[in-house]
Amino acid sequence: MEQPARVLGIRDINRYIKMKLEGDQQLQDVWLRGEISNFTHHSSGHMYFTLKDESGRLKSIMFASHNQRLPFRPKDGMKVLARGGVSVYERDGQYQFYVTAMQPDGIGSLYLAFEQLKKKLETEGLFDEAAKRPIPRYPRAIGVITSPTGAAVRDIIITLQRRHPSVPILLHPVSVQGKSAAPSIAKAIATMNRLGEVDVLIVGRGGGSLEELWAFNEEIVARAIRASVIPVISAVGHETDFTIADFAADLRAATPTAAAELAVPHMTELRQGLAHLEQRMSKSLGLQLGRARERYQHAARSPYFTQPRRALLAQAERLDRLRDRLRYRTEGSAGRAKERIARLAGRLAAANPSEQVVYARRRTTTAVRALELAMRRTLRERQDAFGSAIRQLDALSPLKVMARGYSLVYDEQEKTLIRSVEEVQPGDLIRVRLADGKLDCQIWGLHGEVEPG
Amino acid sequence: MSSNGETALSFEEAMERLEGIVARLESGDVPLETAIELYQEGMALSKLCGQKLEQVERRIEMLIEDGDGLQRKPFAPQRDEAGGDKGE
Repeated sequence: MEQPARVLGIRDINRYIKMKLEGDQQLQDVWLRGEISNFTHHSSGHMYFTLKDESGRLKSIMFASHNQRLPFRPKDGMKVLARGGVSVYERDGQYQFYVTAMQPDGIGSLYLAFEQLKKKLETEGLFDEAAKRPIPRYPRAIGVITSPTGAAVRDIIITLQRRHPSVPILLHPVSVQGKSAAPSIAKAIATMNRLGEVDVLIVGRGGGSLEELWAFNEEIVARAIRASVIPVISAVGHETDFTIADFAADLRAATPTAAAELAVPHMTELRQGLAHLEQRMSKSLGLQLGRARERYQHAARSPYFTQPRRALLAQAERLDRLRDRLRYRTEGSAGRAKERIARLAGRLAAANPSEQVVYARRRTTTAVRALELAMRRTLRERQDAFGSAIRQLDALSPLKVMARGYSLVYDEQEKTLIRSVEEVQPGDLIRVRLADGKLDCQIWGLHGEVEPG
Repeated sequence: MSSNGETALSFEEAMERLEGIVARLESGDVPLETAIELYQEGMALSKLCGQKLEQVERRIEMLIEDGDGLQRKPFAPQRDEAGGDKGE
């Protein structure tokens, strides 16, 4: 015990083995052929069984999630083809086959062919939802392509008749099983399209094994369905059977009866639908009439109809008011205009030149009078002054003095007044002036005056 | 509407017209006179559809291909089919 071995738990080794197995891609997707034994369908939905052949056995399990769509019921002794992966159930340390898909053996190759064709056509877009035509709501005639014998045709016709007896049915009999089935179905679809009498086609047959249904998994049928101008309802087998035809059809019905139900509306439903439409029309019209009546009554109640005089009176009142306003406004502006005229007239009168003329004339008269007065006064004053000057002059006149006995002595020529005795000599001739004439005299003696003093 | 015009309509056409009339009436923006006309037409169409529903032709034919081409003959499903689904 120099080198102690590493001790592992059971769980650890089981988990390791599981990891190893699950890591192997080859073990994860395998097809196995074997016979079922110890089959148990557990209440949980999972299926437990053993697959065996001459040389060995393998514990297998198919979970509910995978077996729900299983198109057959597995049982002990049944030979099957199973697809799945190998792994370990850790608790028991047992490796098991985990089945994801299963088919009864013998048709395994068909199943593979089905998957391949489905994938191919799907890739081509043959199953696209967008390519699917709507089924007419009220088909005028129904075409049925199926076997003229058997449950399917009976189910379809009985259901169509029950739901809508007035829709004509055109049956194109075909064989639905065997080698000739697929070409005959494809040809029938083409024929129905050529005749163009029906609005919808039901193509199908009753349920059966995968082999029995095989015609509906053939490419030629799928292509004929897609090429049909008339919408196609597929009706193949029972609910769990999906065929290529189902994928290609415009509508898939689980059974022939269901196809007939999808193809035509039910008479009773149509009658009810009609009654309902009539009700809706009556209700709509009733509502509209009610609204119209209400509008009419509303209008009729209007005071214009019930008391038309009042409306007139209101207008009359308005007219009066307007007239008043008009008058008021007119008078107002006329008054203002008159006032203005008066003011202007006053100003004009005030500026009247005739007054000025009178005034000026008056001033002129006054001035003339004053001038005359002044003139007369001045004249009188001057006359007075002149008179007094004259009188003064007169008083000073030498003649007056001479009249009082004085005389004036001039030289001979009466040019020079002789004032002194010294200006003359004896013998000179002199002229003496008296108040009333002249005397020519000669000086005879001179006598100077002695001044006292 | 003439009776000829009525019968010339297919059930589907009549139904479509009827549904169109109902939709127009329910929209409420149709003048009253038009609404009354539509109502009368709708009622006539409804009656026509009802009559068409009652026309039981029960015409079921099967195509048979022979030397001369396609022939037709009346078809009645067999009643004695065993093991079939319950049709009803």
